[in-house]
Amino acid sequence: MTCLPARTEKKLGLVIDLDTCVGCQACVTACKEWNTGGHMAPLTDIDPYGGHVDGVWFNRVHTYEHMTELGGRTVNFPRSCLHCETPACVTVCPTGASYKRASDGIVLVDEDKCIGCKLCSWACPYGAREFDTDVGVMKKCTLCVDRIYNDNLAEEDRVPACVAACPTSARHFGDLGDPASAISQLVEERGGVALMPELGYKPTNRYLPPRARSQRAAKVDAPALEPIKVEGGFLGWIDRMLSN
Amino acid sequence: MSKAAPRGANSAPSQRPLADSRAPDEGDGVETSPSVSDRIAKTTCYMCACRCGIDVHIKDGKVRYINGNKDHPVNRGVICGKGSSGIMQHYSPARLKKPLLRTGPRGSGEFREIEWDEALTIATERLSAIRRTDPKKLAFFTGRDQSQSLTGWWASKFGTPNFAAHGGFCSVNMAAGGLYTIGGSFWEFGEPDWDNTRYFMLFGVAEDHDSNPIKIGLGKLKARGAKVVSINPCRTGYNAIADDWIGIRPGTDGLFVLALVHELLKAGRIDLDYLLRYTNAPVLVVQAPGAADDGLFVRDVDGHPLAWDRLAKTPVNAADPEAKPALTGSYEIGGRRCVPVFQLIAERYLDETYAPDAVAERCGVAAETIRRIAAELAHVAFEQTIELPIAWTDWAGRRHETIKGRPVSMHAMRGISAHSNGFHTCRAIHLLQVLLGTVDVPGGFRFKPPYPRPAPPGPKPCGKNVRPMTPLDGMPLGFVCGPDDLLVDEDGRPARIDKAYSWEAPLAAHGLMHSVIRNAWAGDPYPIDTLMMYMSNMAWNSSMNTVETIAMLTDKDGAGAYKIPFIIYSDAYYSETVAFADLVLPDTTYLERHDCISLLDRPISHADGPGDAIRHPVVQPDRDVRPFQSVLIELGARLGLPCFVEEDGSAKYRDYADYIVNHERTPGLGPLAGWRGKDGGSIGRGDVNPDQLQRYIDNGGFWHQDFSDDQRYYKMGNRAYLDFAVEMGFIPKAEPIVFQLYSEPIQRFRLAARGHGTVQPPDAERNRIETYMDPLPFWYAPVEEDAVDLERYPLHALTQRPMHMYHSWGSQNAWLRQITSQNRLFVHADTATTLGLADDDWVWIESLNGRVKGQIKLIDGVNPDTVWTWNAIGKRRGSWGLKDDAAESNRGFLLNHIIGDQTSADANGKRYSNSDPITGQAAWFDVRVRIAKCAAEEAGFTEPQFERFARPPHFEPSPDVLRFGAAFRMKREAAE
Amino acid sequence: MHPAFSVVFFTTATGAGYGLLALLGLLGGLGFIPADFWLGLVGMALAFGLIVAGLLSSTGHLGRPERAWRAFSQWRSAWLSREGVASVVTFIPACIFGIGWVFLGKSGGWVAVAGLLAAAGAVTTVCTTGMIYASLKPIAQWHSRYTLPAYLIFAGMTGSVLTNALLQAFKQGSTAMLIGTLLATLAGWGWKLTTWRYNDRLEIPTTANTATGLAGGTVRSIEWPHTEENYLLKEMGFRIARKHSAKLRRITQAMAFAAPSVLLAVTFALPWPFAAIVSVAAAISQLAGILVERWLFFAEAKHTVMLYYGRE
Ligand SMILES: Nc1nc2c(c(=O)[nH]1)N[C@H]1C(S)=C(S)[C@@H](COP(=O)(O)OP(=O)(O)OC[C@H]3O[C@@H](n4cnc5c(=O)[nH]c(N)nc54)[C@H](O)[C@@H]3O)O[C@H]1N2
Ligand SMILES: Nc1nc2c(c(=O)[nH]1)N[C@H]1C(S)=C(S)[C@@H](COP(=O)(O)OP(=O)(O)OC[C@H]3O[C@@H](n4cnc5c(=O)[nH]c(N)nc54)[C@H](O)[C@@H]3O)O[C@H]1N2
Ligand code: SF4
Ligand code: SF4
Ligand code: SF4
Ligand code: SF4
Ligand code: SF4
Ligand SMILES: [Mo]
Repeated sequence: MTCLPARTEKKLGLVIDLDTCVGCQACVTACKEWNTGGHMAPLTDIDPYGGHVDGVWFNRVHTYEHMTELGGRTVNFPRSCLHCETPACVTVCPTGASYKRASDGIVLVDEDKCIGCKLCSWACPYGAREFDTDVGVMKKCTLCVDRIYNDNLAEEDRVPACVAACPTSARHFGDLGDPASAISQLVEERGGVALMPELGYKPTNRYLPPRARSQRAAKVDAPALEPIKVEGGFLGWIDRMLSN
Repeated sequence: MSKAAPRGANSAPSQRPLADSRAPDEGDGVETSPSVSDRIAKTTCYMCACRCGIDVHIKDGKVRYINGNKDHPVNRGVICGKGSSGIMQHYSPARLKKPLLRTGPRGSGEFREIEWDEALTIATERLSAIRRTDPKKLAFFTGRDQSQSLTGWWASKFGTPNFAAHGGFCSVNMAAGGLYTIGGSFWEFGEPDWDNTRYFMLFGVAEDHDSNPIKIGLGKLKARGAKVVSINPCRTGYNAIADDWIGIRPGTDGLFVLALVHELLKAGRIDLDYLLRYTNAPVLVVQAPGAADDGLFVRDVDGHPLAWDRLAKTPVNAADPEAKPALTGSYEIGGRRCVPVFQLIAERYLDETYAPDAVAERCGVAAETIRRIAAELAHVAFEQTIELPIAWTDWAGRRHETIKGRPVSMHAMRGISAHSNGFHTCRAIHLLQVLLGTVDVPGGFRFKPPYPRPAPPGPKPCGKNVRPMTPLDGMPLGFVCGPDDLLVDEDGRPARIDKAYSWEAPLAAHGLMHSVIRNAWAGDPYPIDTLMMYMSNMAWNSSMNTVETIAMLTDKDGAGAYKIPFIIYSDAYYSETVAFADLVLPDTTYLERHDCISLLDRPISHADGPGDAIRHPVVQPDRDVRPFQSVLIELGARLGLPCFVEEDGSAKYRDYADYIVNHERTPGLGPLAGWRGKDGGSIGRGDVNPDQLQRYIDNGGFWHQDFSDDQRYYKMGNRAYLDFAVEMGFIPKAEPIVFQLYSEPIQRFRLAARGHGTVQPPDAERNRIETYMDPLPFWYAPVEEDAVDLERYPLHALTQRPMHMYHSWGSQNAWLRQITSQNRLFVHADTATTLGLADDDWVWIESLNGRVKGQIKLIDGVNPDTVWTWNAIGKRRGSWGLKDDAAESNRGFLLNHIIGDQTSADANGKRYSNSDPITGQAAWFDVRVRIAKCAAEEAGFTEPQFERFARPPHFEPSPDVLRFGAAFRMKREAAE
Repeated sequence: MHPAFSVVFFTTATGAGYGLLALLGLLGGLGFIPADFWLGLVGMALAFGLIVAGLLSSTGHLGRPERAWRAFSQWRSAWLSREGVASVVTFIPACIFGIGWVFLGKSGGWVAVAGLLAAAGAVTTVCTTGMIYASLKPIAQWHSRYTLPAYLIFAGMTGSVLTNALLQAFKQGSTAMLIGTLLATLAGWGWKLTTWRYNDRLEIPTTANTATGLAGGTVRSIEWPHTEENYLLKEMGFRIARKHSAKLRRITQAMAFAAPSVLLAVTFALPWPFAAIVSVAAAISQLAGILVERWLFFAEAKHTVMLYYGRE
């Protein structure tokens, strides 16, 4: 049913720290690797060894230069489904294939219902949906719904593949609906932002802005160095230091 | 629900599973608990040299999924972009299938498949002929592999000095710079104290071997809000997240660092106590210009370096813990003037030539910035000191109640080493660290065992007297302490094909693999018969001057015979180099073989304890391929090399696995340190343990020993550590390791240049030796810059490692190549404007050495005088299982085409290898270029273009669609 | 947005089809157009033909056409479903009307009711089609108050130009119909011009800054996540050069509005069969022009995802 649930018990999502992301692509290939054998398998690759290679991915990392009067900053930017609270990608779906789970808020596609009309990908402002031309259906980030509850995985491994992989610890996972949750606290403390809030999709995922050249930046308030002013200069100073 | 304490790197509260991870009953029929794997095999990744622990999930006999091993000391559960793509490497269409014998001309890629026995017979006959006549006519060079203790051992038993691994073109400047100074080094042999450092300086690093550890570490710094300062012409990756980015001009870090030293000295912000305890700062240096011992240490009868006791006013053994050595002054001993090393340091670096204002313009870094960084360093080092409440005892038996630390740490890699002034720049950085007292202290830079070792470490290179059927009297590679240790003949001519340890590269501790092809082709210093290579793409991205290199590989003499008579190569994939081999020995993938990551080689230790690891076959090869190490061992047996055969001539080792367990380098010391002894009870030293490998497998493929708290720091002078190091066989004696700020071995070469000593440089070399063999770090313009017309070639051209690609291998990977299959040339927007270039233009990138065509992308985050591109993306058509229209061979380009492999001719008309004159480190980043928009009809495709390689026998055209994973799902859903 | 022919043709054909159906239902049902077997048959066949052809072509755009039937299920939330339902429901009164008007030669009474219902259904269906596009927030050029009226106006316009051609062909042409058609065409022209002006001046609050959450200054893409074109770029990254679109806008105006207006005006003065020929020409020209207009409707529409790729 593509009507949105009035409310969801949980608001599961990701938080991505743009101050820490080095753009290593680990989350990208870890996602591809897990999901190409997972719930939406396969993540088909067309012309994999040729000049027009085009595959299905659920997570992609861009690189930007953010130029402000304070100077330039290179920012690596992972982009995946934000599991929005009021996403038109769901409501536009004519078949009910696209839906938002009432329990945890995860937005999924039921491949068996999908007719591949692509309307949901038009309705997603964030480009989080990718069409599998080989299968003829729409695919997207599942928030690793087949990991986070998976009894066949050790309890500690029940987190999204991208979160487990991230070498710099720039990715976080949890219930953003619960203000007491560790992830909500993190968003609070670091001033996490939603993307394109003006469109009213109410994304669940949050991004933590870069700190450099902000009041949050790591600083060392060091007094300028003063040349030694004892007679005999530096070498004289050494002798003095050693003799006491 | 009860929870075990979270393991692994990503275990912050905001990265853990849901408090209740039971599936809610959504009723949407989603299978939330599909079975993931039938079994999990724990082994060591080899998508790069970082050697992380991986859990390989096997489902229906195929690799379903690979993730990081949470218990592994290297990656603690995380995995990088390459590691997660291992599946696509393992199932790559470019995998070799069977031994190949060349049928067409070299470089055509025309082969016929042969059986292994024929392949081994061909190799054996060729090699035994060489060994019977002149063993040095075999040149054996290896690349990315991590079995150098085996390959080096094999070469030495064969009797050829012509062995080296890839270190010479990689980062020997960092290794040598460190080992000759502090007895340890950057690279992967040391690491910042990620948990305690408050100020981290990163010099010239895009990725490095410690791929995941550095990322994990940066994550920790960011979480703690510690300051990260990046010194790098390019603002990408690690450097993008720095709090402070210093876009320095390439090749000028030496100046920048010595200016920091100047500022710190001038302000007296240095750690005198540390200098006295752990360095040769107080050691007296003879000041007798013209004398044979000028600039050498003053020593007592037993050869101990002397210092001057301030109180006793007498010379004392500098190592005497009771001494009160002077750091300054000038003293008369036995009628000869001498001064402490520190006096020389002060005199040199206090000089105004090292003042920030003097270097600012050349470095492209504002003087204020240099002063600010110096002030910040001093502030953190001396005002934010940390003290761990742990008692420890130093080498002299002095007990310390706490461990004091200065939380400033540094890391540097190829941005420093890949310049021809890299050795001295690397030494300058170590000097800075030591003056601040931050080496192996809490919050500082820390050694990873088996380091530190005496600076420089013990063994000398062997290979002076090569005789038929005779092993070398040691290992081919080692550390020279003066001209007497060089591998040269009486006329000063190099004894090695790569000219390592000759006057052209005296401290070439890793050899010069990048000069082998040219020298072998030119027969300089002598012709060879067979070039055997392993795991290095020398016909492409690991050679400079690719176009000419290819010509040399295929060049014939008057008689129509190849100038390099025979080439044997082991690769696992259809790389560019395979096509140039006469005999190809196909290797397995990293999931199909045994490997050994050994303390004798490049271990997985971290600063808190030694470790080593193995690979073991987690899936069986579906092709007629064999692990090269096993092949090498069988060749050794067929050749009857000592230590590879029993008395009765039968093979000593069944295969590599057998060697790993049963080989002993010296009694009790073998490739693996864990679970030694009959019962597996001992570490480091111990008898052979028949089920050692099983113990490793049971432990997840690795062994790691955590230090006791009092062993963790000050390892250069920490008794508890030094004793342990002796037990483990890391160092011969439990003596302190003294940092050599002033390097006596280097001074000895200078003296030779001045005519002293028996081993003398050819006159043509004296000048070069005199200039570069400076016992104290100094800065000189990269060699190339003196040669080229900087007006004509105003720009520096660099490459960077893409974090998701490993050199040339990534392009055969269906997933990784989607991220980057065309590399752009990144140009500063302002530079582009002045050159009349626009985004996406196609340009000619031209150097002294030729030109290559590529497409530009304008950016802001780069030094304006610098252009750069991603390394090794460009490929040759026909290789790597790629289709002819692949971007890699049509739009991607290889910068190597325009990087000269030789310097321009000097005054004597001599051309040297394009390398650091001291270590022979390949100077990849010295190249100067100009860029100009290409003609309209030239746009859209790269040049130079090369002839397409033929497809080897039984190679299917690569698939048009890849549905990897569909099978798992079908099986899964059928089961439901 | 990628102007897929299947969709361009679908919206154009169904628009004209429903427009024609509505007018026949209305005018025929109320007896303004006298029941005439051949006129009726040709007219209804044309309307049904355009609608069915359009709907079929729209399924050509699907990845899984065999599952097209599922598209009716979500009428409570999805305009595409509503369109499906509306289009099918409309067939019922349309068929009843057709039988009564064409085969029984009746008008008024239950035929009128059926005709009015068919007309209402047609209008509803066109609205739902318009709303599919008007409701898409990521595409500012579509998500505007101009889109829905445009669909209605163009349906009415193309419907009337067809009706007029039909009447003229059967010697039933009326000045009233001519005037109506002419006015519709001028209205369409006006609406298109204002829409274009609106779109050209459009200031979209959504920028690379809000897309990335990087506040202030400029955000410039320096590397894509992939070096070759992917689904997003192919589907939503369609680019059309300013010059090219200006040319196509001129062609649209000439063929969809200018030419038909002139031809219709001339028709006033012409006797049959010339009036008929010219009217048919007007219809053909306008339908062709609207195909171009619809192509531009997609080609000129920009999707927010391209902000991530820095592709204008
Ligand atoms: N993903 C991945 N990881 C790898 C590899 C790989 O191919 N891919 N290769 C492995 C190997 S073999 C090696 S040797 C290591 C090398 O690891 P790195 O040392 O990171 O090697 P590069 O990628 O060459 O990065 C060199 C850096 O130095 C900068 N640089 C260049 N010149 C200067 C200079 O004069 N001063 C300063 N301050 N910076 C400069 C460049 O901009 C670049 O950022 O990486 C290892 N790890
Ligand atoms: N312009 C430029 N050039 C550079 C550098 C640079 O920064 N800039 N970096 C230099 C440095 S530091 C290095 S270390 C070199 C690295 O350059 P190389 O040492 O050539 O490394 P790779 O390109 O990885 O090539 C290794 C070869 O090993 C093969 N191989 C992969 N796996 C296996 C296996 O399991 N078994 C066997 N037998 N073979 C295998 C691959 O197919 C490939 O042919 O490049 C150097 N070249
Ligand atoms: S990000 Fe896109 S796909 Fe995901 S929920 Fe929001 S709108 Fe839907
Ligand atoms: S493509 Fe599939 S999921 Fe998306 S809207 Fe159409 S039917 Fe629904
Ligand atoms: S949550 Fe899972 S599916 Fe979504 S991006 Fe991360 S790894 Fe991919
Ligand atoms: S894995 Fe982490 S650091 Fe790497 S790109 Fe993804 S978010 Fe960024
Ligand atoms: S860093 Fe290297 S070894 Fe570690 S996971 Fe990545 S590729 Fe494998
Ligand atoms: Mo390297």
